[in-house]
Amino acid sequence: MAKIAPLAEIVEKQIDMLTYGQWGICAGCGGGIVVQALARAVDTIGIPNKDIVILNGIHCSGSQAASLKCNFIGGLHGRSIAYATGLKFARPDLTVITVQGDGDAVGIGGNHFIHAARRNSDITVVVNNNFIYGRTGGQYGPTTPKGAFATSAPYGTVDRPIDICKLAESAGATFVARGTTYHVIELVDILEKAIRHHGFSVLDIITQCPTAFGRYNPSLMGNSTTEMLKWMRDHSVRIDKAKGIGTQELEGKLVIGVFVDKEAPVYEDEYEKIIQAAKKVK
Amino acid sequence: MDKQKNVQLMQGNEAVVEGAIAAGVRFFAGYPITPSTEILERISVRLPQVGGKFIQMEDEIASISAVLGASMGGVKAMTATSGPGFALMVETIGYAIVAEIPCVVVEVQRVGPGAGMVFTSQQDTMSIRWATPGGFETITLAPASVKECFELTIRAVNLSERFRVPVFLLSDAHLAHIREKVEVPNYNEVLRVDRTRPTVPPYKFLPYEADETGVPGMPDFGSEYRCKIVAVLHDKTGKYGPSPEERTFILKRLHNKILAHLDELPMVEEYMLEDADIAVFSYGICARAVKAALKTARAEGIKVGLMRPITLWPFPKEAVSKLTSRVSDIIVAEMNSGQLLGEVERANEGNANIRFVGQEDGIVMDPQRILSAIREVG
Amino acid sequence: MKTRDLQSTKVRALIEVNAKQCKRCGICVEFCNRGVLAEGEDGLPEVVNLEQCTLCRLCELRCPDLAIMVEEAT
Repeated sequence: MAKIAPLAEIVEKQIDMLTYGQWGICAGCGGGIVVQALARAVDTIGIPNKDIVILNGIHCSGSQAASLKCNFIGGLHGRSIAYATGLKFARPDLTVITVQGDGDAVGIGGNHFIHAARRNSDITVVVNNNFIYGRTGGQYGPTTPKGAFATSAPYGTVDRPIDICKLAESAGATFVARGTTYHVIELVDILEKAIRHHGFSVLDIITQCPTAFGRYNPSLMGNSTTEMLKWMRDHSVRIDKAKGIGTQELEGKLVIGVFVDKEAPVYEDEYEKIIQAAKKVK
Repeated sequence: MDKQKNVQLMQGNEAVVEGAIAAGVRFFAGYPITPSTEILERISVRLPQVGGKFIQMEDEIASISAVLGASMGGVKAMTATSGPGFALMVETIGYAIVAEIPCVVVEVQRVGPGAGMVFTSQQDTMSIRWATPGGFETITLAPASVKECFELTIRAVNLSERFRVPVFLLSDAHLAHIREKVEVPNYNEVLRVDRTRPTVPPYKFLPYEADETGVPGMPDFGSEYRCKIVAVLHDKTGKYGPSPEERTFILKRLHNKILAHLDELPMVEEYMLEDADIAVFSYGICARAVKAALKTARAEGIKVGLMRPITLWPFPKEAVSKLTSRVSDIIVAEMNSGQLLGEVERANEGNANIRFVGQEDGIVMDPQRILSAIREVG
Repeated sequence: MKTRDLQSTKVRALIEVNAKQCKRCGICVEFCNRGVLAEGEDGLPEVVNLEQCTLCRLCELRCPDLAIMVEEAT
């Protein structure tokens, strides 16, 4: 684990405090915790800000990523990974990171998520998974648990949620990890690993949304930010421990840690070979 | 293909690819859709030959999005599609407009709503301009020959860079597949326009502040400038939620990027129009059918000519207005049910009689129909 | 073996809460396992047990608003 730098230093180097507070984020939202962890990870690795590009989807959780001092692209709902694919392919010298909500990444953006994973594009995808669509007031999404309430599920949802890590793994992502906003030190660590990883990295970060998800589902994770963080603390099982436990016992638990960390041909590198081959043919 | 020869026989779609390469396009992301697929296939061969990047994406939304990503990265980028694919790209076109990202979209029209049929039409004349929410101005060029497929693609790329705006090349299934001669220049001698980079020092740079050109300088990632691009309505700093005055300001600037250049942007071809009493107004492949009809009509002694817009948008209102005073009758000929017809009627300051000849059957306009209409008037 | 005297009353840290940025979410107070912070006036966290702070910086890490900063005391 890297030494934890003083926040004042991180803010000085990585964050524009003039805009950090302007995003209209609720008290206790976990998104800011993720953004700070991202700033710390980037700082530890030492990539110059001019060579980093953060892409935000449409969400509230994680909006503060636009206040990081590196380059920023704000795009349409669900399309960050598609922009990132084109950007990284055209400019493999850049470090490309998306910060998205759960619906943005695997709902409307699901197709791009799957194919970028399949290609193993060298992009890092940070998903703020708060099980709800917070920005638009609390509708259900692809990761909302079955039976949970939301403004568009007044009787509870009838469909099952998707597991972002399993989806990423089966689509071919070569670095897949789950973290939470409670386990902050590990959070910085997996962000650092994900960004360093050469290939498609996905981080499924369980983030609390007390205003929407918490309020509509007090019996699921709790009704306040502190209750929800405690839920994460009490229901998380680290992956190495989870391996020794049966599926029955893991019901209702959150498995956290690194699921996939492997090497595979990276899209941008493979295409370089095509260019070399094409130039020889006339 | 021997590049030393300067006259080549090319297919319309192929000419678009060569025009793109000549213009400096080095990134293409696309999705197969008839009748544009040859562009995708041909450019997948050509781009890596010149060190460029090609990718077939998972759908059209991904394609235009990847194009924008590459363009934001400083690489000239293009995609090609047909009507249904364009429909999927519409939201992202709006993004390119508000974020001011240069890009070229080639639309090769087919016929019919929905999936339609893979034959020719001019049914997307209006939608290419108006489909994206907001109604903001973009530029659309309509080639009427394979030669123009080549030349106008270069022009489209250059205009998109100059104005930081999406530019469309509106072709059709027929033109895409015929073969005609193209005199191909040395690509190193082709005039290439690049987006302007910021001139103020990095600490003073505001991403959406423009000088008197009305177009903000666009910095490169990896330079000393912090790049910020946003999809929302913003002020000069890129911040969301500007005041009503700021909104008016930026939206006006976006309109004016095009509207302030109405003296130079609209291009029109005048053919046999100098002594004409009657004019036919037609564009794209339809204008070729018109030219065939004109030959016969002239031989019969009817003084008729053609006004052919090469720029469909911005609409060449001034040229059309003047025409309505020069001739007594204008026949608008389109391969649709009447789309630029309304624009011509709106520009009718000279009180000319305006008639319409349409054809919507997937086949190129029959010159006989034009001839009949001309004879009726003449 | 060197042992750390955790009962020592030597102050190791200086803690500052930015009242403007702080949204009174309560996370830092709830999760400081040394009891350094408590809810003060207007919900703003206040330092009640500075000597107990070990500079773990978990309050910093868990603050969504970057409103609490811990400095090493000189």
